Amino acid sequence: MLRDITLGQYYQAESTIHRLDPRTKLIITFVYLISLFIYTNPYVFTLAAAFLILVTLLSKVPFKYILKGLKPIGFLLLFTAVMNIFFTGGEVIFSVWKIEATKEGVQRAVYMSVRLIFLVFGSNIMTLTTTPTRLTNAMESLMKPLSVIKIPVHEIAMMMSIALRFIPILVDEMDKIMKAQLARGADFESGNIIKKTKSLIPVLVPLFISAFRRANDLAMAMEARCYHGGKGRTQMKPLRYAKRDVAAFLVSVVYMMAVIMIGHYTGSVKL
Amino acid sequence: MGIVDINKVTFEYIRRDEEGNVEGITTAVDGVSLSVKPGEFIAILGHNGSGKSTLAKQINAMLFPTEGTVVVDGLDTNNEDNLLQIRQTAGMVFQNPDNQIIGQIVDEEVGFGPENLGVPTEEILQRVEESLKVLGMYEYRHKSPNRLSGGQKQRVSIASVIAMHPKCIVFDEPTAMLDPKGRFEVIQAARALNDVEKITIILITHYMEEVVDADRVFVMDKGKIAMSGTPREIFSRVSELKDLRLTVPQVTELAWELKKSGIPIRDGILTREELTEELKKYISLRKKERP
Amino acid sequence: MLFFKKKNKESGIESAPETISAERDKNSETDLSALEKENSSRDPRVPLLVADHLVYEYSRGTNQLVRALDDVSFTIRKGEFIGLIGHTGSGKSTLVQHLNALLSPVSGTVYFNGEDVFEKGYDRKKLRSKVGLVFQYPEHQLFEETVFADVCFGPKNIGMSRKQAELTAYETIKKVGLPDECFYQSPFDLSGGQKRRVAIAGVLAMKPELLVLDEPTAGLDPKGREEILTMIDSLRSDGDMAIVLVSHSMEDVAQYADRIMVIEKGKKLFDGTPHEVFSHIKELDEIGLAAPEMSYVMRDLKKAGIDVNTNILTVSEARDEILRALG
Repeated sequence: MLRDITLGQYYQAESTIHRLDPRTKLIITFVYLISLFIYTNPYVFTLAAAFLILVTLLSKVPFKYILKGLKPIGFLLLFTAVMNIFFTGGEVIFSVWKIEATKEGVQRAVYMSVRLIFLVFGSNIMTLTTTPTRLTNAMESLMKPLSVIKIPVHEIAMMMSIALRFIPILVDEMDKIMKAQLARGADFESGNIIKKTKSLIPVLVPLFISAFRRANDLAMAMEARCYHGGKGRTQMKPLRYAKRDVAAFLVSVVYMMAVIMIGHYTGSVKL
Repeated sequence: MGIVDINKVTFEYIRRDEEGNVEGITTAVDGVSLSVKPGEFIAILGHNGSGKSTLAKQINAMLFPTEGTVVVDGLDTNNEDNLLQIRQTAGMVFQNPDNQIIGQIVDEEVGFGPENLGVPTEEILQRVEESLKVLGMYEYRHKSPNRLSGGQKQRVSIASVIAMHPKCIVFDEPTAMLDPKGRFEVIQAARALNDVEKITIILITHYMEEVVDADRVFVMDKGKIAMSGTPREIFSRVSELKDLRLTVPQVTELAWELKKSGIPIRDGILTREELTEELKKYISLRKKERP
Repeated sequence: MLFFKKKNKESGIESAPETISAERDKNSETDLSALEKENSSRDPRVPLLVADHLVYEYSRGTNQLVRALDDVSFTIRKGEFIGLIGHTGSGKSTLVQHLNALLSPVSGTVYFNGEDVFEKGYDRKKLRSKVGLVFQYPEHQLFEETVFADVCFGPKNIGMSRKQAELTAYETIKKVGLPDECFYQSPFDLSGGQKRRVAIAGVLAMKPELLVLDEPTAGLDPKGREEILTMIDSLRSDGDMAIVLVSHSMEDVAQYADRIMVIEKGKKLFDGTPHEVFSHIKELDEIGLAAPEMSYVMRDLKKAGIDVNTNILTVSEARDEILRALG
């Protein structure tokens, strides 16, 4: 049951966005993030919203599903909004005790929140439509130039994908060990922090031992299958750009140009 | 010359204390010689700690003999240049189904070996398809290995080895962590590879039932080969096997017990059918004697 | 964080009993004494644990709901040795985790010594010392520096004094057949079979009234398996501890258990003496569980015209029966 949980949050569906090369998605997401930061202006933000809606529709991921991904930043949103509203100087709207809410503050809070929401929303679409493996492949491929300056890009990518495979297994294992120690009368809930931390030793020691054993086994299994680093290695599913990727790049270029044009003529709101 | 030639191999583990001083030496494999012919199905039996796994790991150059040589398809494992070719020729399937799967999706897992060998993309895809089909796992190719049963995981691991086109596969206790159904799947697969694909199989196990069909059986104890012969020869030596911390299949044991009780049954009964035949023979013989 | 949250929800470690008890109230009206009568019939031994219409589901609230236990009821009596048989995924591991309240049922409940263990305020920690559960590959939970310290972990947790705990640990380590030299060794330096004994001792040292072992022989070599089973069998001789042995080896269960329960797809399929259960050889075959090897041998012999009793489970029974038939 725990086995079903994969890190990340891939949403299985057949869509144009799913089929895009992961590198394309990674680059376009990056471009989109930049577009959110060059101008602060209602027209640009409307355009950015339109772009998001378009991509969401194309991706066939339910809107609710993406919104769920915003939950973790809820507190951050609230916190920055409150800080902005009350601690920006300007025209006072109302005051609570000695703290004053300003018009500029509200404006700023709205822009910051919208920006943050778009940012998380946009990257959520990417992770929802790309499997962790493909994402790792994309990063490996995009970072390849770094191997010139002796950064072990392939090895890093390999480590990431192995971690992705073993995290669910280790979570499962931790669950088992916790239950086994509970069956021996262990108590993970009562007591102060020090006592609670101490009570985790019977879980962590076996967990580490198991992780090392697994790592050892896995290294042997990889060697037995002739793994010898990235040198001379071919790929079973090499990343290849297709026509749709070109189209996607074109769309994003048009989008970026529109952002710049609108921003240029309407200017940024002063915050 | 065989596909695998093990020549007076000794392997020693050096035990060290916390400061790194040598505490003692454990001889895991002690002067073993053994030759496997191409296409053979051989089984190595032994209790835990008898040295059988250590021996197995020398065959595909995961461990190297302290003394003696291991030659795989004409290549000496002591020569480092041969490593990749040896590991490709003699593939290996390990005990723990979870700890030998690297890929996050079944087909990627099977492609891992060929990728390492630098096989062109088109051919990798072809090999992956073929080997998954051989093992009956093709329909699971898009699944996460975490969702498969133990037996299925082991079949994926076997497919992964097959995709490297080996001549020989070493199974290092592949069934020790499986339930009866999983055990059956894996042993079935090993037999089929031997029968159909003519791949040499070296099966390491402590389940007696699994070696009944092997061409030859070796029993290891304390790093040495204690017994060797056909399954029938081996299983006719019930008391010796018991001394080596092994048991025989229950049918063999029953036949042996009956013989001890004075019923003339030949040694090394392996199957129910054989036992029934023997008992029928005995009854008709007795009828003739005293009608 | 994502998976940690999910974990608690699904595995239900100590999951909030409030949510369940509401649903269960409907069921708990079942009169306990009536239930015992129904389950027991003639057996004079005192009931120790009663499982009452247990239902458990995984992945509740999603479309992938799996019913792992489906209305399972039984009574375990003091001193019984029960073999619990089923495929991987049949629900047997889920079932045993209900016996010491590691998992809470969706409906139904467990009574231990007449008390409902899922009732609010029931001391489940104490229950876990009374219902000792040894998990599969229990040696993976060892963590202390010495064998002795590891075995003391359980007794100390349940509130034994240091002296008492050490005394119990000492006795238990002896009982599981470990030599004295092991006491102050690291458990990680022992052989596989010895590690497993240490782990079993760790549970046994809490002096449980019911000992549940989930496939205690998995991964051991034949001799190791036999030794562990003999050791478990020997535990019966002192006191009236009940034992539940979860296994998928029919031969082992047939040899040691005096009662067998078969679980298939979350349901209790058979429950009776080994001879009763294995007389359903056809049904067992159908679900792929099979009966002990010997019962097939005897059937073959009968077919071949040798007049033998086919309800035979162990090698020694088979030998005696054949010798009898041959006269």
